[in-house]
Amino acid sequence: MPHLEVSNLSASYASLAVLHDVSLSLEKGEVAALIGPSGSGKSTILRVLMGLTACTGGKAVLDGKPIDYQSAASVRAARDRMAIVFQQYNLFQNMDVMRNVTIAPIKIKRRPRAEVEAEAIKILARVGLAEKARAYPDQLSGGQQQRVAIARALALKPEILLLDEVTSALDPELVNEVLDTIRGLARDGMTMLIVSHEMAFVREVASKVVMMDKGRVVEVGTPAEIFDRPKSDRAREFVGKILRH
Amino acid sequence: MDSILEQLPAFFSLPNIILLGEAVGVTVALTFFGCSLGFLFAFLLVMARQTPGRWAIPLRGTSILFVELFRRVPFLVTSYLVLFAIVIVIKNPSLFIVVLIAIAIYATAYTADIIRGGFESIPRQQIEAAQTLNFGRWRTMFYVIIPQSWPVILPPLIIFMVAFVKDTSLVGYLGVFELAFRGRELNNQGFSGILVFGVVALLYFCLSFPLMRFGQWLEKRLATSRSQQSQRELR
Amino acid sequence: MNYTFQFGVVLTRWPEFLDGAWITIELALAGFWLGAPFALLLAWVRTSGPRWAKIPAAAYVTFLTNIPVLIQVWFLYFGLPDVGILFNKYVCVVIALVAATSAYGCEIMRAGFLSAHRAEIEAAETLGFSRPQTVWYVVVPHIVRTIYPALANYFIVLTLSTSMAMIVGINELTGAALYIASENYRNLESITVAAVLYILITFAMSLSLALVGRWAFRVKARIF
Repeated sequence: MPHLEVSNLSASYASLAVLHDVSLSLEKGEVAALIGPSGSGKSTILRVLMGLTACTGGKAVLDGKPIDYQSAASVRAARDRMAIVFQQYNLFQNMDVMRNVTIAPIKIKRRPRAEVEAEAIKILARVGLAEKARAYPDQLSGGQQQRVAIARALALKPEILLLDEVTSALDPELVNEVLDTIRGLARDGMTMLIVSHEMAFVREVASKVVMMDKGRVVEVGTPAEIFDRPKSDRAREFVGKILRH
Repeated sequence: MDSILEQLPAFFSLPNIILLGEAVGVTVALTFFGCSLGFLFAFLLVMARQTPGRWAIPLRGTSILFVELFRRVPFLVTSYLVLFAIVIVIKNPSLFIVVLIAIAIYATAYTADIIRGGFESIPRQQIEAAQTLNFGRWRTMFYVIIPQSWPVILPPLIIFMVAFVKDTSLVGYLGVFELAFRGRELNNQGFSGILVFGVVALLYFCLSFPLMRFGQWLEKRLATSRSQQSQRELR
Repeated sequence: MNYTFQFGVVLTRWPEFLDGAWITIELALAGFWLGAPFALLLAWVRTSGPRWAKIPAAAYVTFLTNIPVLIQVWFLYFGLPDVGILFNKYVCVVIALVAATSAYGCEIMRAGFLSAHRAEIEAAETLGFSRPQTVWYVVVPHIVRTIYPALANYFIVLTLSTSMAMIVGINELTGAALYIASENYRNLESITVAAVLYILITFAMSLSLALVGRWAFRVKARIF
């Protein structure tokens, strides 16, 4: 049974249809990448999964349990099991790193502070930021903030990690530290759905690539298939453009 | 004019000074507690206004209506509305409490939009991050929105409160012993109008001017520290 | 709660309410239009006037904006007779409103003057406009567009503040309502009618001011 199964998902944003009939599936431990031009709906899929954007049709099933986006309780349960990291890191500016990472487990999951903080230190070490636990977001570089955002997501022990163009807002020299972190997570078997423009990275880390355009799935395959032997015209056009540099 | 000089020692007698001092106290108490209560109500009103869901439409509508209506009614009229409404139920209410409630209503209507503006100035992304962490509206408000928006909200609230000190001069007509009407009493007792109201004006000035400057200084100060913060973020 | 609302008794006296409303509007118009020229003068003095005049102007504005209007009225009405000046209550109220408008209006206009952009002026000059032409075609429209919403809002505030005139015995809207209430004991109904009238008057005012702003000055103001 796939870890996450999305069937015929549709979404519209202010009466503009942004997703048409999107289907994809994710196995446990699999890393799938969503690629495509801007506006193709890649980020929207992640937002719909997390209940941030309304879905107008289709369904999502997490480990056999369907998510009912009309029910607040069901959305909350889904957010318990999936975590998202945003392009703009979205760290809480008024809290230091430790609090950013621990606030959800402590306040929402009601776990004891000592236990959560001990775990947080380990997670921060995993992303290479253990010594920055007391720093505030505005004292960190973009790459560091993004790694804290990943740590914050990991602190909730999610089953699936959604990464929305997490390196797109970073200076080039900071991109690698974040990619290294994600590589580590992939090695440790985290199920991930990644939206990214970093094609070399996608090629290396993803086992499945989903190419999207104008809200529809254009082609699905392994990285080798999509990048070297694209079947559809649109995919070929996109791959040709992006691989030229 | 020399009658003013003759009146000075009688005017500045100890009982009068105590009277005026008490009156200043009443004025300050009314302003401070009334406006604070108003700020609290305004916050609740804004929370009501932002409640999502179709079932909440009457709640949102009431919130908007309350603000729009009470902003268009003079403070004196609001005070009388409160007084006459309360008198139906409680025969002999404490006028101080009645006025306090009227001040709270007035402050709520005028500051709700300030508070709402402050909350809406928080980037959407902060709220979405809290949503995906399952925060819920109230936790998002207390852990994310309020800590980040109070520098924008507090100075206008302080400035409103200080400006309101002048409006308390009207409630004396309802029977509350604040500063303006104490002055009127002294004038009735025979003291020169120029002397009495000159002193009263001075007292209001001393209450209002320094605090107003403080509020404006605070506004500048909090604005610069915020822009410094966003400068650092741009690195 | 055993109170029966009797609006009928109150509403039959609608002419008095309307008379009161009219006095309210008259006071506001008088206070605004008589005070606006002084506000303009003071604003000019404070921004580009002679140095010896700037401090007194600033002191005047600071003083008036920190003292309740009621105290100013009482000072004029009960204080001036001591030095032989006897104004009737209407004159006292209007003078106080004019003084308030001159002070608050000055601050509004001053903000407008200070907002005129150097860049706009220099651009106009490089395009060949003379100084007076620059002022008329570039600076004045900009200032008017900046000031208009604030002044329109101030006018509404001024209208509402006229209710304090009842304390000295003028039968504007609030005074009329309380007088009617004192005669038929329908306190809550009377004051509610007054409140409704204030809401209608100020709503009509903001609507028309916003429309005038859009058509005449191309100022986008919220209708509310």
